[in-house]
Order: sequence, then structure tokens, then C-alpha cells
Amino acid sequence: MAVLQMQRMSICALKKDRKAILEKLQSMGVMEINHVLEEDEDFRRMDTANARLSFDKAAASADQALDILQQYAPVKQSLLSSLAGKDLIDKERFQTVIENKDELLKTAKRIQMLDKEKAELRANILKIENSIESLMPWQKLDVPMNFLGTAHMAMIPGTMPGMLTLENIYSMLAQQSPDLEVDVHIISAEQDTTYLTVFCLKKDAAQAEETLRSIGFAKPSLIIDQVPSKAKEEMEAEISGIQERIAAIEKEVIDSAVNREGLKLLADYYRVRAEKYDVLGQLPQSERTFLISGYVPTKEVSKVQKALTDKYDCVVDVEELKEDEEAPVLLKNNKFASSAEGILEAFGLPGKGELDPTAIMSVFYVFLFGLMLSDAAYGAIVSIVCGILILKFPRMGKGMKTSIQLFFWCGISTLFWGIMFGGYFGDVINVVSKTFFGHEVGIPAVWFVPLDEPMKLLIYSMLFGVIHLFTGLGIKGYMCLKDKKYMDFFCDVVLWYMLLVGLLIMLIPSDIFASIAQTSIVFPPAVNALGKGLAIVGAIGILLMSGRANKNFGLRIALGAYDLYNVSGWLSDVLSYSRLLALGLATGVIASVVNQMGSMGGKSVFGAIVFIFAFIVGHTFNIAINLLGAYVHTNRLQYVEFFGKFYEGGGRAFNPFKENTKYADIKEETNL
Amino acid sequence: MSQLGIVYALLGAAVAVFLSGAGSALGVGVAGQAASGVVSEDPSKFAKVLILQLLPGTQGLYGLIIGFVTLSKIGLLGGGAAEVSVQTGLLILAACLPIGIVGLISGRSQGKTAAAAIGIIAKKPDQFGKAMLFPAMVETYAILALLISFLAVSAIQI
Repeated sequence: MAVLQMQRMSICALKKDRKAILEKLQSMGVMEINHVLEEDEDFRRMDTANARLSFDKAAASADQALDILQQYAPVKQSLLSSLAGKDLIDKERFQTVIENKDELLKTAKRIQMLDKEKAELRANILKIENSIESLMPWQKLDVPMNFLGTAHMAMIPGTMPGMLTLENIYSMLAQQSPDLEVDVHIISAEQDTTYLTVFCLKKDAAQAEETLRSIGFAKPSLIIDQVPSKAKEEMEAEISGIQERIAAIEKEVIDSAVNREGLKLLADYYRVRAEKYDVLGQLPQSERTFLISGYVPTKEVSKVQKALTDKYDCVVDVEELKEDEEAPVLLKNNKFASSAEGILEAFGLPGKGELDPTAIMSVFYVFLFGLMLSDAAYGAIVSIVCGILILKFPRMGKGMKTSIQLFFWCGISTLFWGIMFGGYFGDVINVVSKTFFGHEVGIPAVWFVPLDEPMKLLIYSMLFGVIHLFTGLGIKGYMCLKDKKYMDFFCDVVLWYMLLVGLLIMLIPSDIFASIAQTSIVFPPAVNALGKGLAIVGAIGILLMSGRANKNFGLRIALGAYDLYNVSGWLSDVLSYSRLLALGLATGVIASVVNQMGSMGGKSVFGAIVFIFAFIVGHTFNIAINLLGAYVHTNRLQYVEFFGKFYEGGGRAFNPFKENTKYADIKEETNL
Repeated sequence: MSQLGIVYALLGAAVAVFLSGAGSALGVGVAGQAASGVVSEDPSKFAKVLILQLLPGTQGLYGLIIGFVTLSKIGLLGGGAAEVSVQTGLLILAACLPIGIVGLISGRSQGKTAAAAIGIIAKKPDQFGKAMLFPAMVETYAILALLISFLAVSAIQI
């Protein structure tokens, strides 16, 4: 349970070792580069933007080639494969692959080129198919379309709108110019177009064309110098030629799928190099030396020092952070608590001077989550599924792994609460035994059944709430003490404890509480008096002290009164924990709705089938929706009620200079 | 006249289910439109926006819970309807009103909040924890209504 202490490490070394030292730091991955030095005439930064850009481009090119390979030769990926995480690769294997990096990059380029060529060829085929389409009506013409005619005769091919017969055309022509002599042949006719050729004497050609145009005749859009049927054959042959080429391209790409692994490593290699050059560009360098400065977790400092000073001529200087410097935040927790780090990160990492509440929060998180879901069977299912996933995919990504671990623990807590409240798929045992075996049996609750005694659970929910909130206030007190703000500790924490405990002691023997709890608790008079005393002292203290930063006495009292009004905030915070009861009931009641529906088929084979179907569908739905509910509302209780008492967040995550790969991790000294 | 008691009770169950169900339907619908917009830009955010879209769906479930508890209370589920006086019937109807009305209004509002939270996911996907919190704030009131409806229905003697 801690925020790791950070120190500033500055390394000054000779330029000849620059590459080696940078690579060493990158593979160790424990340093966040952060330079405070300005450029001056001795130390200048190198411009590495171009080199970096070319590495980024190479990595992108390999990525793209991999995408193309995935299209041509898909590797089957199961739904769960996203959990599998990155592969682990031996360093030697990586080296041998990278020795061929030029070759591999060529392959990547080649794959991209082939894909581009294929796209172009596809477009070509479409173009040719369009031409064939427009030639189709001319198939019956057995001369080339641009045939000019014989010595005395001219041929004019063309189209006319509408489906026309020879008679129509002749009569239209006769109306326009009665003395024109032409011979019309209809090649084919469609719904809205008629394809025809017109023959006439060469000397009449101009007049014939004029007349024809006036009755809607138009030259064909595509005129080829071949017999249409032959042209079509040729085009078809061309298409099949292109298709062969496409098949060849596809084969070549599929054959190069053996390079998939190499390409992945190549992409990673260039990605890592790009990052290295990014850092290189930030380093101040003189003629012979260079400087690196950044944050390193204190516990890693000696390791880095040793790794560098043993091998290279360099000076490693370690100093504490300055007062006003905001260090990046890296959390360190035990195995159980670290599973809740993701929840904390989602809210915000501890800001400057705040302590890491993950350990305390994780206990409450798991406890409250189980109380909300509270069904033994659901809990067991969640835990078993998460357990299997963790075992099956040991190299899962870190974020995913911690969430699944958290749900594993939450599942166990759910199992525990389910046993306490007697919920196993709701009331499935009772329903099945009653419907199918005639007499009702059930597993009795170890503690009590919330459906029968909701008020009891309501009281307990609020009790858990009070404990949770008081813990939050306690942490605030601890932080005040740690920062030696004793006045704040007394005024903002102790006085509030006094007021709240006093109010609680006054509330418990009252009639309202008795009617809710259905039992009356009587304290001895001394305790009652103590309660009253605590409440009064607390209230007066808060009234006087809350506005202590203000010199003006009237304003100070006003601020104190306003702060006292926060009692209502505490009341609503505690009432908010009634959701523990409500969500627990929701799980149980919906589960029994499912069981009830399933049992409507009665005691028969058909009834059993209906039951099994309803059971599987209904309970899957119920688990899903209530997991979501429990997750959301546990988060809310932590973020709003718990953190509201002491935590602000706003820290910046530690972002070390490391090998940020996408596909594979290279085996080496383990990182943090 | 005395037979009207069970009618009022059933009306109570109906009010709980249909008002809160309608609220959820409106809410999930609004959030779903926003979610579709985000997924059309970036399909990888599907899981996150789906969770946010589902958040206003719980009101309908709360209504279902009260409806179910009411039905089993008046014996309609077991086959033999209980004798319910008019007074008891109206009591049950009144007990069902909180989750019905609050479910309708909070479902709608939560839907709008969820749609806005989906906007957060579109721009800052890493702020999922905070985005989820805003719709959950609205839900609190549905939970409070559920509690009162549940406590009231289960306290009424038949």
C-alpha cells in the first residue's frame, strides 16, 4: 500500500556509449525521461524527427502488411484471443529475425504493392465488364461497328428511344422526308431502346443522318472497330487473363504469410526504435558527452546505477525531488490489493502528498460487491470463470489481468454472502424440488433471508456504510497527522467523529430507530448523557472552528454553521448504502422470477425442457445485468461516498521509457 | 364492490411495471442512439458504450421486482387469488406508485445522462470510470423508490 518514492536520476556519459546506454535503459523500463536542462551553447539537442518518422513509417508499413495478410490468409481468432496478451520471444530469435530486417521490409512493401495491384485489376475488370454490357445489344451485328459501307452504300449504326418496330420507324421517316430512301435493320430491341443500323446511298448519308436525328436517332456511345461478338470474346479472354493474375497475386500473398511472425517482430522493432529516437531527440548533448535525466523509483535506483556504472564510463547522479516538483505516480500493492488498482486509476491516481488508498479500498470493494450480488451460485460461476481465464492466459495484458483478478475476489465474496443469505440461483432448489419431486426442500440461510427481513438488512447496510465512511474520515485524519497539521486533525476529523458518534448514540434508543429495526435498544443513562455531550461539544466545536482561516468573527461563525449543515450530507451518504439491500433484493427476486417462469411447464418431460431453457437464458441474463449493477454501484460507493471524505486524486501516471511493443515481448531482465 | 380490491392491487403491479419499463425503454433508447453514433466512428468502443447504454435499463427491472412481489403477495401467481379488500387493494396500489413514477422519470433522465456520458467515451475513452458515475447518480433515486415500494408492499398484511 504505497505510492512508490521517486528520485531524479541524471546520467552523464560519453557519446560513444550513447546507443548502448539508451538501449539498456529502454529494456529495463524503469525511468521516465524528464529533462529540466535548457539548451545552451555547449549542450544542444539533436534533431531526430526525420529518423523517427522513417521508423514510424516502417512500423506502419509492417502493420499494414499484416492487416493485408489477415485479409488474404485469415488466422482464426477465438473470442477470447484478445485476452491472450503478447507472445514471449527469445532474444536470439528476435535478433535473427531482425538481421533480415531489410528483406522483411521489402516483403512488407511487396505485399502492399500486390494488394494495390489487385485493387487496380479489380477496377479494370469492372471497366471491361461495363464495355461488354454495352456491347450486348449489338451481338447480332456481323460487321464491325465502324464499318463505313461499300463503294456506294453507307452504314449508320445507332439507337432510338422506345421499343420500336420496323413499321414505326419507316412511318416516322416517311413523315419527316418522304423522298429519302433508306434500309433499316433492327439489331435488337429492349424495353426503352431500339438498336438499329440504317443503310443508304453514300450521297444521301448526310440527309439521312439529319432526318434520323430529328426522329430521335443517336449514335451509339461506344463504337469499336471489331465485330461486336468477336470483341466480346476478346474482352472475356482479357478478363480471365486478369483473373489469373489476381489468383497469382493472392497466391503470392498467401505464400508470404510465413513471414507473419517476422513482420510482427519487425513492426515492434521499428516501434521501439522510434521511441528510442524520440528520447534521443530530447537529450542535451555536447561534443563528446550527453545527459539523460528522469524519474526512477527509489527501489530501482541501485539496479540502474549498477547496470550502468559497471559497464560504461559515466556519472550517475541521484537526488531527491524538489518540493514543488510533482513526481509521476507508480503504485505498489500486494497481490490482493493490486487487483483494485484499476478502480483507483479510473478515478484518478493519488495527487501530491496523498496516500494510496487502494489497499483499504480493495477490502471494502470486494465486501460491498459481494453484498450487492449476493448469490452463492453466481459468485461461484464468476470466480470459476475468472480463475480459468487467469490460468489459461498467463500472459494477459496487465490492465485486463487486474480486473479479472478483482472479479475473482468479488466472486468469492459473492459466494460468501450467498451462503449467508441462502441464495443459490435465487430459490432454484426450492422450486425444482417442489415442481419436479413433489416436496419442497431448500438450503437454509446461514444468517437470514433478506426477502423475509428486509428491514434487518437495511439496518446492516447502513451500519456497513457508517463503518466505510468512518474509515474514510479516519484516513483523512491520518493524512493530517502525517503532514503534522494537528489543528486540522482536531477540527476537521476529531470534532466530526464526536458529533457523529454522539448523534448515533442519541438516535439508536429513539422510537424511529426502534420501529425500523423492530427491536428497541436501551442504553444506560450514562451512555445517553455521553452521546448528548459528544454531539453538543462536536457541534459547537465545528461551529467555532470550521471557519478558523477567517479573521472576521461573524463570517467565521457563518462558515461554521454552513459546515455544520454537512450533517445532512452524512445522512444522505449513509442512506446511499441502502442500495446494498436494493441490489441484493434485485438479484434474488429476478432469479426467482426466472425460476417461477421455468416451472410453469409443470412436472413433465416438456416441463423439464422448458425449465432448463428458461434457467440457462434467464440466469445468464440475470448474472450479466446484476454484475453490471454491482460493479457500477460499488464504484459509486467508493468514488462518491468513500473518496468524498478524504481523496482527491489528480496524480500523473508513471510513464517509463521502455519497449512499447504491440505484438511480442522480448525476454530479458524482468521489468518492474 | 368488495371484489374491486384485487383489481386495485393488480393495477398497482401494472403501474409499477409499465411506468418504470417505459422510463427504461426511453432511457435505453436515447443512450442507444448516442452509442450507435460512437460505434459507427470507432467500433472498438462497443463494449464500453454498451455498458453505458444498459445503465438506464435497471428501472424496468426494479418495476418488474415490485410487480412480481405484488403478484405473489395477492396470490395471482399460485393460482388462488387471495381475498383483498378495497382498502388493501388501494394500499398496494399506493405502495407501487413510487417505483412506477420515479422509474419513469429517472429512467428517462438517466438515459439522457448516459447519452452524454457516451460522449465522454467518444472523446476520452480512458475516463470510463468517471463517465459511468454520472448516470449512476441518477439511478440512486430509482433505488430509493424501489426500497420504499418494496418495504411498503411487503409490509401490507393480507
